[in-house]
Amino acid sequence: MAFEPILTRNVGNPDVRTVAGYRRAGGYEALAKGLATEPDELIEQVKLSGLRGRGGAGFPAGVKWGFIPKGNDRPKYLVANADESEPGTFKDRVLMEHDPHQFIEGCALCCWAVQANTCYIYIRGEYVRQAEVLEVAIADAYREGILGDNVLGSGFRLEMQVHRGAGAYICGEETGMLESLEGRRGQPRVKPPFPAVVGAFGCPTVINNVETLCNVPHIVSRGPEWFKQIGTDERNTGPKLYCLSGHVERPGVYETAIGATLDELLERAGGMLGGRELKAFQPGGASAAILPADKRAVPLDFDSLAAEGSMLGSAAVIVMDETTCLVRATRRLAAFFNHESCGQCTPCREGTNWSEMVLDRIEAGEGSAADVELIRRICNNMGGTTLCALADAAVGPLRSLVDTFGDEVEAHLAGGGCPLPERRYFEEAARV
Amino acid sequence: MANGAGPRLGEKARKTLDALRERYPTSEALLLPALHLAQEQWGGWLPDEAIEAVAGELGLAPAKVYGVVTFYDLYHQEPVGRHRIRICTNLSCALRGATEIVETVADELGVEADEVTPDGRCSFTGFECLGACDIAPMAMIDDEYHGPLTPDAVRRLIRGLE
Ligand SMILES: Cc1cc2nc3c(=O)[nH]c(=O)nc-3n(C[C@H](O)[C@H](O)[C@H](O)COP(=O)(O)O)c2cc1C
Ligand code: SF4
Ligand code: FES
Repeated sequence: MAFEPILTRNVGNPDVRTVAGYRRAGGYEALAKGLATEPDELIEQVKLSGLRGRGGAGFPAGVKWGFIPKGNDRPKYLVANADESEPGTFKDRVLMEHDPHQFIEGCALCCWAVQANTCYIYIRGEYVRQAEVLEVAIADAYREGILGDNVLGSGFRLEMQVHRGAGAYICGEETGMLESLEGRRGQPRVKPPFPAVVGAFGCPTVINNVETLCNVPHIVSRGPEWFKQIGTDERNTGPKLYCLSGHVERPGVYETAIGATLDELLERAGGMLGGRELKAFQPGGASAAILPADKRAVPLDFDSLAAEGSMLGSAAVIVMDETTCLVRATRRLAAFFNHESCGQCTPCREGTNWSEMVLDRIEAGEGSAADVELIRRICNNMGGTTLCALADAAVGPLRSLVDTFGDEVEAHLAGGGCPLPERRYFEEAARV
Repeated sequence: MANGAGPRLGEKARKTLDALRERYPTSEALLLPALHLAQEQWGGWLPDEAIEAVAGELGLAPAKVYGVVTFYDLYHQEPVGRHRIRICTNLSCALRGATEIVETVADELGVEADEVTPDGRCSFTGFECLGACDIAPMAMIDDEYHGPLTPDAVRRLIRGLE
């Protein structure tokens, strides 16, 4: 049976970009219901739903909200993470572009639950048009009494502000984001203290991904029990947006119950581009270990992918066909991590630099057998030794290259370079 | 500068910033918004005087503002073209021909990455994933996303720029 879209149900209905239109589609009823519920009860519902963070780490949202200290002696903040810079990921863009009020409603419910009176939406600087859509929607929400001094007549005060980033992947990391919000270089902080205690401007702060927050109105309206029965099991619940890209016929965002397999997604996306064979895929963005084609029936959820040594991450599924050189693909990702490392931690700064260099020379036919060992050593040095998870992210694809696709590396070493010439995509097309 | 006053942000930018002040508990937090405004005022990049203007406006040390500017990819310290073309070269776009798009743009403009065409019209640069792999291969021209591109399509787009 086709999955009835939940988060993307309003995609293609431009009417919902206004408060009035969103209301016609049933919007802001959840907020009214939430405001009539005790904040702690709301946190409990989100805990019960099993909702886990959609930004990458999969941390239970309700548990995170529960860490926010009670009492009003200090301001509290929600910083919504709309930085969306994980290569392969574009779901938050779709959510913000097509249904800004669903996102605003989710933010407002989170703020009520933790009693935060200010929400910043930190959006990547390149999303100029999406920031505009949000600003227009927020202005409308202020006019309609959904934001401001008296949210829906409840007496609750909520201010919301869009804050544009300026091009840096590391500002998606939650404490890098806080540094950036405060007007500094986006260099991650030492943890603890965690943002729930010392976050934005030294105050308790929740940081959640856009998609995570967009789930909240639905949990509030339809109940945690309803939410829990969607998905693989009680640890992997709810709807999920998968970003399909690479060698597929129709790249795009596909919503299903969490735990779809690659095969199911490919079927919806019209199959492999040009009917070619699948070689490998990255299930969770640039940071996820690359999986071989025979993992195409693994449920794409948090735990099933962790069991395969990869991760769901941001659910950016990058599909690669038989013409893809995985050394070249991994080298491109290594270049990304090298460019984006903020340089504070030596293992990350050096490791991302070395990994790009070594993959360069393997691809160019100048690698040696010792390079494989070198890559393993770089991985061991980077994993778990740094201030933030960027270094672990860089290890994801790198380790899978040598562990899972070692024979492809060997072929480069034995054959004096890449056996698969880079595809001349458009030249090929012009010839047919 | 006459009478010791440093370079200043324009009237409109200052008004926008003033409206933002009450939205943040510190003035330092206005730095990214202020730099975006300054970059718009100075034609897409941040010469020294733009940095001084921002520092002066927010009461921050220019050295601190420089430190922030150098951290972020969207702030430029060298002149850029009137039109800025950012071509995504990350994996999902690379899998669908981004390399050929980069070559086409370089050929069409007759300049290398980060150089400005002699008439000041365009500059281009390769960029990390722009969050639009559904329209790969893609590029951002000024503030707009374009894709899926072909070499012909990107030539036409560039020829249409003033
Ligand atoms: C290097 C790095 C980049 C990240 N980028 C993003 C991002 O672009 N968007 C996002 O939501 N989370 C990103 N995260 C995860 C955040 O640190 C954080 O876990 C998340 O925003 C929490 O929200 P969630 O629990 O709702 O997922 C990134 C983490 C790391 C280490
Ligand atoms: S792990 Fe890398 S990106 Fe993260 S703080 Fe350390 S140097 Fe910066
Ligand atoms: S890889 Fe090009 S937009 Fe994502």
